[in-house]
Amino acid sequence: MIHLLWLIPTLPFLGALILVLAGSSLTRRTAAGIGCSVIGLAALITLLIGYEILTTHTSAYSDIAWHWFTVADLSVGFSFRLDALSLVFLFVITFVGFFIHVYSVGFMHDDEGSTRFFAYLNLFVCSMLILVLADNLALMYLGWEGVGLCSYLLIGFWYEEAKNGYAARKAFIMTRVGDTALAIGLFMLFGVFRTLDIQEILTKAPQLWSTGSQTATVIAFLLLGGAVGKSAQLPLQTWLPDAMAGPSPVSALIHAATMVTAGVYLIARMHGIYELAPLAQQWVGIIGAVTLLIAGCSALTQSDLKRILAYSTISQIGYMFLALGIGAWSAAVFHFMIHAFFKALLFLAAGTVIWSLHHEHDIFKMGGLRKRMPVVYWTFLIGAGSLAAIPLITAGFYSKDQILWLAWASARGGLWFFIAALLGAFITAVYTFRMVFVTFFGEEKTHAAHLPGKLMNIPLTVLAILSLIGGFIELPHTFGHVTWMSDLLLPVLPTTVLHEGAESSEIMIQIIAAVVTLGGVSLAYWLYIVKPSLADEVKSACFDIYRLWYAGWRFDALYNTLFVRPFVWLSAINKRDVIDQFYTGLASATEYFGQTFSRTQTGVLRWYIMGITVGAVIILTLSLLLNP
Amino acid sequence: METAAVEYGLVLAGTLFVLGLISVLIRRNIIFMLISVEIMLNAAGLAFIAAGARWGQADGQVMFIFIITMAAAEVSVGLALILQIYHQLKTLDSDAADKMKG
Amino acid sequence: MQATFYIASAVAIFATVMVITRYNMIHALLYLVISFLAIAIVFFMLGAPFVAALEVIVYAGAIVVLIIFVIMMLNLKEEAVEQERIWFSRNTWIGPGILSIILLGELVYILVTSASPEVSHQVIDAKDVGQSLYGPYIIGVELCGLLLMSGIVGAYHLGRQKKKVVHRFLENAEEWKQQL
Repeated sequence: MIHLLWLIPTLPFLGALILVLAGSSLTRRTAAGIGCSVIGLAALITLLIGYEILTTHTSAYSDIAWHWFTVADLSVGFSFRLDALSLVFLFVITFVGFFIHVYSVGFMHDDEGSTRFFAYLNLFVCSMLILVLADNLALMYLGWEGVGLCSYLLIGFWYEEAKNGYAARKAFIMTRVGDTALAIGLFMLFGVFRTLDIQEILTKAPQLWSTGSQTATVIAFLLLGGAVGKSAQLPLQTWLPDAMAGPSPVSALIHAATMVTAGVYLIARMHGIYELAPLAQQWVGIIGAVTLLIAGCSALTQSDLKRILAYSTISQIGYMFLALGIGAWSAAVFHFMIHAFFKALLFLAAGTVIWSLHHEHDIFKMGGLRKRMPVVYWTFLIGAGSLAAIPLITAGFYSKDQILWLAWASARGGLWFFIAALLGAFITAVYTFRMVFVTFFGEEKTHAAHLPGKLMNIPLTVLAILSLIGGFIELPHTFGHVTWMSDLLLPVLPTTVLHEGAESSEIMIQIIAAVVTLGGVSLAYWLYIVKPSLADEVKSACFDIYRLWYAGWRFDALYNTLFVRPFVWLSAINKRDVIDQFYTGLASATEYFGQTFSRTQTGVLRWYIMGITVGAVIILTLSLLLNP
Repeated sequence: METAAVEYGLVLAGTLFVLGLISVLIRRNIIFMLISVEIMLNAAGLAFIAAGARWGQADGQVMFIFIITMAAAEVSVGLALILQIYHQLKTLDSDAADKMKG
Repeated sequence: MQATFYIASAVAIFATVMVITRYNMIHALLYLVISFLAIAIVFFMLGAPFVAALEVIVYAGAIVVLIIFVIMMLNLKEEAVEQERIWFSRNTWIGPGILSIILLGELVYILVTSASPEVSHQVIDAKDVGQSLYGPYIIGVELCGLLLMSGIVGAYHLGRQKKKVVHRFLENAEEWKQQL
């Protein structure tokens, strides 16, 4: 079964190809069917392969589908490598992807361009699969660029509205900045190792560099630059809130579950280099910590339902970066998986709410949907609970708690990381339940016109179940010490090093975390259910801070002044285009000479005879002068 | 009989040729231009005869016969064309036939 | 005998100058005839009696007469002479005059500075020319025949006046145009 690995990325690619080439001659239902079934097949193959790997305890499997190119020392092929890390990502991508496809059939039912939508979605899944299965960095970069492209295409899917196009362009350009840093990092890696094969690099790196080596640090920072761009962390985080202009399934798949986690995958995959560059690793953690606080504060003030979830995504990925930074590799991957479940669920449910209310995004215009849409309410509640890490019952508790504990206990962790993570957990609980209470409780301000059908409800239910039970594969020491996840990842990712005496503090950290979460939930309850006017008073009291957080800490304005305005000014100067002027100058010079010479054709006969005579005189004179 | 010096024949031919050339360049009337061309042809023929006399062969005169033949044909066709131009443009001004300009 | 040559040359040059400065076409053509006759005498002096005769018969007798016929056919009035007077101004002489003087100067220079060989003093009469024509230059004769043939056909075709066919409604168009 495992030799069918190459089929996993190929099936979505075929689906995309068919839909692109023949999509206009298929009915929308057939196109949707093709789009879903290829992902379903890929998910099925993933399950079978995963089962085989788990039962036979294979540590890794490599296969090469096709040799791509060879240039001097560099030989790149479509070589796939399946190990535990990529298996986890594979499972998430295909499974969550499949359910999102099924959801999209219902969501895009009335949309004219749904065939194009499924083609882009399939292409995206193919690129993401190539990214995580790639055995060499060049192929991973191909997947990296592919997901960036599909993100652009899908954010600007409803291209007739200009602001969608601008949002797509912004996303693409900002991730491009990160991609350039990544590319330079790849160049440097190739320069040092003469190969881009990941396993070779990871084995050769410790032999070549000592810990703290300067080259390793530079390369690690460059890779971090790429990851930061794709994962919307500081300083390249401003594109993700605007990317909510795309349809909700897109937000669920790309900007919650998969593409934005590509940065996490990259850093986890290249962990060897980060272990040789502790400074870079520390900065990974710092960026994660700062980002999660900034995004959390911003999410607290937003009123657009999807924007709250977008900032929440930035914040949660900040948690993953924090975990990577403190050396909690498998914890980060675990949190990635759980986050994919509940964030996709939240986005899909939010999409359902928005869809039912005729594209109303403002939560303050919603309300009272609890009784009207029960399935959506309960699944949304489960997702929100998982996001806020409600103790014991939700999967989010286990994954986030592990990060919190390791922030305190890890050898690379520390007090500040722990405080940041804790504060972030509190803010997360507050804004999550603010969202839930305002949207689903209270009086109904907008009537929900049409209710979602089975195609939209079933994926919600499945993801809700996963958000509840997904955490039980990795229970902490105090609750039974189930370590399926970390055991799975053991051959691939290094274990977290704890400092002494840390194990005893685990139960206390858990209690603190639980208290913080429940405290946040109660604060939200008090502010938005018990005394709604208090929220407005708080807001008007700190209006300046409110405005700052609402505008995402004014990063957009900063980048506008620093980069956008000078660039626009430069291009306005160069509107006449200095280089083009050379060519237009050539053309106008030719035209000028042509017109001048055409004036010698007067049409008057005597003029021509005069010309002949003058020519004869000149020739005679010359011949007389030259041979006297 | 005694023949004259060849150079003087050639100088005469050159003078007549240049006179014809001046006339072609100055005149606007087509018929005058045709007449001037005849003068030039004649001068060229004179040059041939002088050259033939210098070498003592009949070739120069043969060439002159060819030149006359060609001049006759040219004049007849040219006059026919002049008639056509006069019918089309209603004038004998050669500057009026400038549609080929530019 | 040299005097004949010089006198004939002088007459030829003078007649040519008169040709190129007349306003009336017929006057110019008459002077042209005189020029050709003078040239014929020059041919005679150069030992080519045959072409002298040919010059008179063909050139002066046929070509010039042809031109006179066409001028008469054109039926030009007094305005033609007036027009010539207008077109023929002093300024137009300058440019061509200078050029032609330069040209003439160069020609004379070449002629005078080249070595002048011994000249044969024989007369090449009609018999020699005939033998030459029907001997080595037979092809040239045939080609001349072709040339004359094409000249005839061309002249006939080009000289034809096609009658313009005007629709009977538009027959009076010219009158209406003039009335407007």
